[in-house]
Amino acid sequence: MNSALTKYKFAGFGGQGVLFIGKVMAQAGMLSKQQVTWFPAYGPEMRGGTANCSVVISTKRIGSPTVGKPDIAIVMNEASYHKFVDSVVPGGTLYVNSSMVPELRSREDIRFVRVPVNEIAHEIGEAKVANIVMLGAMQAITPSVADDMLEKALMELAGKKPELAELNARALNAGKEFAKNL
Amino acid sequence: MKSIFTKTTGLSDRPFHYCPGCTHGIIHRLIGELLEEMNLIENTIGVAPVGCSGFCENYFMCDMIGAAHGRAVAVATGAKRARPDRFVFTYQGDGDGASIGLAETMSAAARGERITSIFVNNCIYGMTGGQMAPTSLVGQKTSTSPYGRDAMTMGYPLDLPKVLTQIEGAVYVASVSVDTPQAIKEAKKALRKAFQVQRDGLGYSFVSILSTCPTNWGVTPVEALEWLQTKMKPNFTLGELKVPATEGGSEA
Amino acid sequence: MALLMKGNEAIAEAAIQAGCRLFYGYPITPSTEIPEYMAKKMKAVGGTYLQAESEVAAIYMVYGAGAVGERVMTGTSSPGFSLMQEGLSFLFAAEIPCVIIDVMRGGPGLGGLGPTQADYFQLTKGGGHGDYHAIVLAPSSVQEMVDLTKEAFDLADYYRNLVIIAVDGILGQMMEPVEFPPYEGRKLEPKTWAASGAEGRSKNNVISYYLTPEIGEKENSRWGAKMLRIKESEQRFVEYRMDDAEYAFVAFGTCARITETVVDMLREEGINVGLYRPITLWPFPEKGLSARINQIKGWMSIELSAGQMVDDVKLVVNGKAPVGFYGRQGGMTPEPEEVVAAFKAQLLGGVQG
Repeated sequence: MNSALTKYKFAGFGGQGVLFIGKVMAQAGMLSKQQVTWFPAYGPEMRGGTANCSVVISTKRIGSPTVGKPDIAIVMNEASYHKFVDSVVPGGTLYVNSSMVPELRSREDIRFVRVPVNEIAHEIGEAKVANIVMLGAMQAITPSVADDMLEKALMELAGKKPELAELNARALNAGKEFAKNL
Repeated sequence: MKSIFTKTTGLSDRPFHYCPGCTHGIIHRLIGELLEEMNLIENTIGVAPVGCSGFCENYFMCDMIGAAHGRAVAVATGAKRARPDRFVFTYQGDGDGASIGLAETMSAAARGERITSIFVNNCIYGMTGGQMAPTSLVGQKTSTSPYGRDAMTMGYPLDLPKVLTQIEGAVYVASVSVDTPQAIKEAKKALRKAFQVQRDGLGYSFVSILSTCPTNWGVTPVEALEWLQTKMKPNFTLGELKVPATEGGSEA
Repeated sequence: MALLMKGNEAIAEAAIQAGCRLFYGYPITPSTEIPEYMAKKMKAVGGTYLQAESEVAAIYMVYGAGAVGERVMTGTSSPGFSLMQEGLSFLFAAEIPCVIIDVMRGGPGLGGLGPTQADYFQLTKGGGHGDYHAIVLAPSSVQEMVDLTKEAFDLADYYRNLVIIAVDGILGQMMEPVEFPPYEGRKLEPKTWAASGAEGRSKNNVISYYLTPEIGEKENSRWGAKMLRIKESEQRFVEYRMDDAEYAFVAFGTCARITETVVDMLREEGINVGLYRPITLWPFPEKGLSARINQIKGWMSIELSAGQMVDDVKLVVNGKAPVGFYGRQGGMTPEPEEVVAAFKAQLLGGVQG
């Protein structure tokens, strides 16, 4: 928790679970007694299959819940990469789903973390947890909340079915492991 | 002395404001009598429209809500859903029910709202002083169709009860008149059935009543009755147009 | 325990907790989560959700349910709110209590789905005909949406007046931690006026017209007196860093949140600014603003519109200090940096900082 205020953007295709991992982060922030907001793109932005949400986690009152310039962004598909790559603040981090976004680095002043989340999720045996894999990678490199808070938030929002919880825990760990070895 | 007629307790003592020869008064009495006979006065929420009958809350002895023009059926829906135990009726003119409130009438019928609409059709806008109504006849002269209703540009009179028979949720639809003693009896019978359909929770009930407007038609009361009989009746389907399935099918 | 909840859903839940058992509405972005939540939850509490054929019908269904004395609500967004205006005028005149949510989006016309505050005039000056006002509440967080929704039903019943909760699309769509503490309501009289069926009493009429101009004037005077009473008793606002402020922003809803950040940024530069946040848009909180008149060298209204509330600020400031304005439109929201720059240009002559 090095920063008093962290702004996130989570973006991808509808169905890639970007709104969900945004909620998990907001929930984890709330459980950590921090101020949080979660704000989805809605309306026409949602049509055409893309989705994104903004999350703010802060130690003090949050002004606008909209995030124009994220400190940290996750882009799960190529359209989202192009839409948000220039918005990340200098010194920020962009997590890229390298399973779907080709090797593109249009900036020198931010960190690119490329994670093949689809392949990793496939190895785990469930394509749907690619978003959780990315969440794990982000937690390993730029954590804003403690590990146990993130795990608890994930458990609360994903439901407590044992097999689902176990799958999510594996996905989160796989993401962390991959990121640590970068 | 033996009493052979008393005013119904369903109506107040306030004299009607309606013009001589207008049949709103007769229709009011029929409703008042039925509220009394069916023991409904204390259980009823009536909805008054905008139009000549827009002051009818002064006459009916039940609780009344005054609606905006065309919105009586929506108001009745809101009231009925809030108090499903109450008997809820709307009293509307042809402009209210068939023009500005047509969407509300159709939608309430489609939902099968457990309310009763009494639709008084006199082929003209009375309150505003004789303008063309959705039910005005082709060729009929009104202040906004001074050369007569031209079907090519102003279309045809809407036979609303006939249309409503096509809607599943409208379970009782009748089209009656009050131009003769016999017709008045038939009208009361239809209203009673419509009320009972609501009491039985079967769906939307609708009674159209052909009515006169001597003032805005520019004729005497007697001529008005003749006009109703010779001009209006051929243009509107009459009778019990749809009765509940329990009475022999959902279609007449 | 706090829950992470969307603003629209929090309003709906708060309404149910306030005893609202009737919701009539028509779906429209960005307010749709309100009818969706009601459709799902009303069944469990024995209430009624009904999807109306239009906002026109919806507001009159509200009118009908309110007239029989039940707590009732509808929720919509700007174009739908426009369609309801005639109904609002009727609700006022018939003195039917009800709560209406307007989740504001872009206009005029079909506009856009993005957040705005451009219904301000329509909300506060009477979008329908005649001399009337709704009580208009403007929360700026999801928690406040809950608290004010519960209170709105009491205010409506207490004054027999319509109450509108006005939020922009951001507040409707955003999630924030929220709690539902027990609510201790106002003491309210039984609704002996309601047209609920005249069982054991004389009949009631709930109507909105008068037969003669004499009665018309009398009724309008009575309503006017009620408006004055509300104006006297219900003005609400919150101040942020106003005590030693030399300049002040005025902003509500999401704009107030953004402006809090602006205030902090300018304070870090050594410029003493504060924020005056109206919670009631009608009655506009004149009293609190007037109390600051001699202290403030310049005012600035921040809005998601072309500048509407700024007129009310100017009326109160009455020429005693410059009143600036900065706004974004069409669904855009200002970044704090833009507001800082606009403030310096308009009120500091672009020389400081």
